[in-house]
Amino acid sequence: MKTALFWIFSVAALGGAVGVVGNVRNPINSALNLVVSMLALAGLYVLLEAQFVGLIQVMVYAGAIVVLFLFVIMLLNLRGSGTSGAEVQPLVKIAGTALVAFSGLFLVRVLASGRAPWPDVDPSYGTTRAIGEALYTDYVLAVQLAGVLLLAGILAAVVLAKKRID
Amino acid sequence: MATSTVFVALFIFAVILLVFAPVMTWVERKQSALMQDRIGANRAEIFGFKALGLIHPLADVIKMITKEDTIPTGAHRFIHLISPFIAVTPAVISFAVIPFGGSYEMWDAKFSLVVADLDYGVLYLFAIGSIATYGSMLAGWAGNNNFGMLGSIRVSAQMISYEVAIGVTVIGLFMIFGTLKLSEMGVLQQQTFRVFGFMQYLGWVAPGTKWIDWITLPMWGIVLQPLPFFMFMTALMAENKRAPFDTPEGESEIVAGYFIEYSGMKFGLYMMGEWIEVVVISGLLAAMFLGGWSLPWLPEKDLIAFLSKPFGANIANLMAMLLAVHVFFGKVIVLIFFQMLVRWSMPRFRYDQVMNLGWKILLPLSLANIVLTALGILIVQEVTRA
Amino acid sequence: MGDISPFQFQVVAALIFLIGVAGVLTRRNMIVMFMCIELMLNAANLSLVAFSREIGDDQGQIFAFLVMVVAAVEVAVGLAIIISLVRNRDTVNIEDASQMKW
Repeated sequence: MKTALFWIFSVAALGGAVGVVGNVRNPINSALNLVVSMLALAGLYVLLEAQFVGLIQVMVYAGAIVVLFLFVIMLLNLRGSGTSGAEVQPLVKIAGTALVAFSGLFLVRVLASGRAPWPDVDPSYGTTRAIGEALYTDYVLAVQLAGVLLLAGILAAVVLAKKRID
Repeated sequence: MATSTVFVALFIFAVILLVFAPVMTWVERKQSALMQDRIGANRAEIFGFKALGLIHPLADVIKMITKEDTIPTGAHRFIHLISPFIAVTPAVISFAVIPFGGSYEMWDAKFSLVVADLDYGVLYLFAIGSIATYGSMLAGWAGNNNFGMLGSIRVSAQMISYEVAIGVTVIGLFMIFGTLKLSEMGVLQQQTFRVFGFMQYLGWVAPGTKWIDWITLPMWGIVLQPLPFFMFMTALMAENKRAPFDTPEGESEIVAGYFIEYSGMKFGLYMMGEWIEVVVISGLLAAMFLGGWSLPWLPEKDLIAFLSKPFGANIANLMAMLLAVHVFFGKVIVLIFFQMLVRWSMPRFRYDQVMNLGWKILLPLSLANIVLTALGILIVQEVTRA
Repeated sequence: MGDISPFQFQVVAALIFLIGVAGVLTRRNMIVMFMCIELMLNAANLSLVAFSREIGDDQGQIFAFLVMVVAAVEVAVGLAIIISLVRNRDTVNIEDASQMKW
């Protein structure tokens, strides 16, 4: 069961990722492929018993970030743009793809050097309570900084997207 | 375990899909007629048998299924096809984590009246709710229609904004109950607390005073967090895009908004999604704020113990289970009726008013609520420790 | 976990990361390039969560959570930049935005 789910989610995540890059016709299609990839990744997180991270993945990425992408694409009415003219000369494309394929091989070789089997984890692993306790005790500084970062981000976005600053 | 879960799941889908969603159309018609001093649906009949207009939903379904299914020119065919399904699926599956009863043991079988009793139940609901945005958003874009486009821009902005409010308003409740599990919340809400108990701790009354123990209130979410109850309901109703928050589909401005290019059963799926969401909202509010499946001042454990004496444990559990289901759906029906009242009493908000309500009123108020709740919890802990 | 080894999760993560790199290198539509950056962040997240499960400690999940916060901020600011760029230059092609000012 878990093996089958792993393959389904992995193929969906990879296929979605390829779809994001390969869809030259319309940015909306790229965004939709991104949603598929994000949801499949959330499934992989749940397989790794990180339910909280999986749910946050669905909420933040699928529910907010990609919606924002779609919103901007619709707002700017980019239907059809990104066609031929907006794309690069084939030489760069081939060079980029080759570089990536080469480093892919290299990465797989490095990672292939033996791995330990899965350890048993206690039932509280990855639950909301465990993550929340860790976040608000050991990592409270990081949480505070994330809050400051979010505030700065909101202000920056408002200032940047405003039509006229007076 | 497995078989009873399947049974429960089937029961829920039967209740929601086959009973609630179609009957909701009838309820809405009759209720609006009542409010506007009309008669309401009374024409559809089978052999002269009208059943108070209850046959109208059946007529609706037949009409929608047999209607021509049009796809506009220039539409993105695939997205146009799947959008209604993306819109209706989250609404249906979100009922899986809402408990409509506790767990009961009878005749060596255990019945747990919730399909998936997840540790992070409420988070699951929020995550599923955020997926629902796509169904509406893509519909407006895929139809190649400018009204639809306006609708989908409005719906995406509105739903993203209110998701924030939805998440933040109920944090106070999570802090009090210390759990995201809806079934656990239901059990916790069966407790009661003494309204004037603090006087004892402060030494205002002599220890051993009797009347303090008599005046109690159930620990329902609405008692502990009255303002967030209304804010949460407002935010959920805005997320559901029904009047008064129906700017994305405002008939008088942008015809039908994001689902303008749909006909037949695909259009019907959008309406069905909305009505199922009304039921889900009511179920969620009942489970989180109105004590779930329990009656006030009547903990289920005591009830079963009381009934066990004359009837035996098995029958007592069965009776408690039936009572729980009826109480829960009673609360749900009251909340549905309340939502309909709001829907037919309020005019549509302007778009900027919707945005202001979400960002400038609900969000600051709920942030303030978090701080106040934290203070309250601290004070209660300090006082009871002494 | 069946016959899936931790290594396979890492390979999936690495492949998603590489697809993201390929997208950034080859595509010239700013919004799509931005999506590819998101893919790369997600690949890193998957790697972190998989390592976290492999050593049985949930620190990696907390890192993943914080990465998501950063990603959300990044998207908000980045899309705002894209919107203002489109307003000023009416293009989403990154080649048209190669100057620091105009």
